[in-house]
Amino acid sequence: MTRYVLGRLLAAIPTIFLIITISFFLIRIAPGGPFDLERPLEAKVMENLNKIYNLDKPLWEQYLLYLKSIVQLDFGPSFYFRDFSINELFAESLPISIQLGLSALCLALVVGGMLGVAAALRQNKPADYSIMAAATLGVTIPNFVVAPILTLLLGVWLGWLPVGGWGNGAFINKILPVITLALPQIAVVARLTRGSMIEALRSNHVRTARAYGLTSYMVVIVHALRGAILPVVSYLGPAAAALLTGSVVIETIFGIPGIGRYFVQGALNRDYTLVMGTVVVVACFVIIFNLVVDLLYALLDPRVRYD
Amino acid sequence: METKKTVLDIQGLKVNFDTPTGVVEAVRGVDIHVKAGETVAIVGESGSGKSQTMMAAMGLLASNGRTDGVVDYEGRNILGLSIRELNKVRGKKITMIFQEPMTSLDPLYTIGRQLAEPMVVHGGLSWKAAMAKALDLLKLVNIPEPERKINAYPYEMSGGQRQRVMIAMALANDPDVLIADEPTTALDVTTQAQILDLLADLQKRLGMAVIFITHDLGIVRQISDRVYVMKTGEVVESGKTAEIFTNPQHPYTRMLLDAEPTGSKAPVPDSAKPLLEVQKVNVEFVLDPGFLKPAHILRAVDDVSLFLRKGQTLGIVGESGSGKSTLGRAVLNLLPATGRVVYNGELITGKTRAQMQKLRRNMQLVFQDPFGSLSPRLTVGQIISEGLLVHEPSLTAKDRDDRACQALEEVSLDPSVRNRYPHEFSGGQRQRIAIARTMVLKPELVVLDEPTSALDRTIQKQIVELLRELQSAHGLTYLFISHDLAVVRAIADTVMVMKTGKVIEAGPTEDIFQNPQNAYTKKLIGAAMFTQNQLKASA
Repeated sequence: MTRYVLGRLLAAIPTIFLIITISFFLIRIAPGGPFDLERPLEAKVMENLNKIYNLDKPLWEQYLLYLKSIVQLDFGPSFYFRDFSINELFAESLPISIQLGLSALCLALVVGGMLGVAAALRQNKPADYSIMAAATLGVTIPNFVVAPILTLLLGVWLGWLPVGGWGNGAFINKILPVITLALPQIAVVARLTRGSMIEALRSNHVRTARAYGLTSYMVVIVHALRGAILPVVSYLGPAAAALLTGSVVIETIFGIPGIGRYFVQGALNRDYTLVMGTVVVVACFVIIFNLVVDLLYALLDPRVRYD
Repeated sequence: METKKTVLDIQGLKVNFDTPTGVVEAVRGVDIHVKAGETVAIVGESGSGKSQTMMAAMGLLASNGRTDGVVDYEGRNILGLSIRELNKVRGKKITMIFQEPMTSLDPLYTIGRQLAEPMVVHGGLSWKAAMAKALDLLKLVNIPEPERKINAYPYEMSGGQRQRVMIAMALANDPDVLIADEPTTALDVTTQAQILDLLADLQKRLGMAVIFITHDLGIVRQISDRVYVMKTGEVVESGKTAEIFTNPQHPYTRMLLDAEPTGSKAPVPDSAKPLLEVQKVNVEFVLDPGFLKPAHILRAVDDVSLFLRKGQTLGIVGESGSGKSTLGRAVLNLLPATGRVVYNGELITGKTRAQMQKLRRNMQLVFQDPFGSLSPRLTVGQIISEGLLVHEPSLTAKDRDDRACQALEEVSLDPSVRNRYPHEFSGGQRQRIAIARTMVLKPELVVLDEPTSALDRTIQKQIVELLRELQSAHGLTYLFISHDLAVVRAIADTVMVMKTGKVIEAGPTEDIFQNPQNAYTKKLIGAAMFTQNQLKASA
């Protein structure tokens, strides 16, 4: 088990290396640079800036320098936020985004899972149709529509919740962004759970459980759901990535100081190190989540256990 | 027997299913009762409603099923009880074993845990006590290494072992009635015999009543006291087993009793030209080439040779996993094999896919599963004539249609069905369509891979007769792969018995059946011919 995890983590290194290399050169292909402002800087100032940030060196040397600092877990100084290093920016914003993303993921799993099971148990009845209709809506309505509507309703008209801001992580500030972020995922999880649950409820081993007079809890949760949850678990990897990157819009709308806004700002300002930093962080998250998914899968299904 | 009290009494049971195309009457007023310690068999072909009768009694119908009637257990109608009330009976006093040993156990839990569950729920045992009793039960049903197997998962066990676990589960709470729904149908003949012995032995020791649902009359004759014969949702005849066998009243019962494949194939003269010569064929599969783990090589076919003249039929017999299907595919060059396969004087081993294509029309394959092997999205006509698109591209659509009609007539189906889709046909009809699909190409060699195994006995008999007719009409050569010795006996000139990839005995069909030399062959024949001998003895 430990060996398997170590193997997977080692195998991730080439992947991350490739991602760094490709994105490093891609962002350099984009026209313009971090210090190209509307009113051009004086040539001397520009030269000095380029010198300080090593931009005067050949590209391959910059690349090697960047690799060297990455190995030391130093993402370098930000080009745009002049007084901050990327590490400092992330130290502040990453925990907020992780909190937001994980809360949304948990909410999506619990609510989506329950809705899916409820729909499956009432297959082709009104409750099933309503849940599935709601799920379809949840997938199709974009979150930049949902967010203002919820804000207007719960924040402005009813005045129950703050309309924006992080409030140093106060619970009441998290409710709206987490719900908005989770809604489409709730819908996907509900649909996935319903589908596999219907199949599981019809399977022969669940029939055996019924024939042996086990309680409804044992039939539905212990025997049917454990098998039915497997496709949902496989979806967790992509879902986690979607939640981390999907928070861009949510963080902007609700004015939350997470890493989402750095995606956009970094790219627009040609803040090379910031772009690279966000790419590497997201890549690491996707890799880690896929590993977690595979381990969870093995935990749930003895047929895919690793030695 | 007569004085014992009735434990389960089904009266006027009806089962209807609401479907989009209307109500299907699966069971139309059935009366069945079983007394304490008695074994009752319910016999019928698939679709006769025999399983649905018992499913209804256990409250296990699909959600669109509706029931009517009385299922009396100990003076109480258990039909239509709330799930909570019903659960006081099912799994405790009335237990069930199912047809599908491979899927009836939950793949995600250990055997021990699944055995213990009903004991915890009904017997009020602690998990620890239940696990201890589960171990005793595994010993009772003769599971090898019970201490280890109790912590095993179902996928680590064979079909026979899983069915033993199901039996153990059924016995856990000392039931009054054990319902066995085709418990041996999915198993190899030798395993089948072991499971039947076990059931009979346990019944003798524990004294519960057994309701045995089956389509196999040999089993009925062997184990049951009384028989109910069901057809299209009704009991058409019932009575003591011996009486039913010696003096069947209803024509349907007589047809069932007469359903064993009979006759044998006319021999082919030695002057017939050799068609297929296979020398020392080997097929290996590499298993688990894991990280830093040496690959395990499984030899599925081990040094097999065979020889067929035009018009002959070779029966390849063996249990599942014996390599018989793999051999069939290797002969057709459908998977990589070493050795020599000479077809019609031409060496085909090592030929590429493109080189094989011209030969393919002469070498056809019919599969076991009549439900999975026909594309659900093509009409029967398209399925049958598809091969002509490849092998006779010059034909017009009209010509292809005519050929499809001819092929359908040959397999005794009405040509007008060619515009319908496979799901509208029964298993037997689909197998006829699959045969028509090969016949339309006018092949020389046909590999038939368990073509009758998924079919009812009466349908099997018809398919065997059809195959024999087609063979004599077109001078076909068959490689007939089957685990069913009765069918092989009726169709093959020579028989080859395979076990773990090797040929352990081969020879003319009657020699093998009358005078088997190998112990394994004797066992196979003993298990299979039981039915026929029983039926002959009673005739």
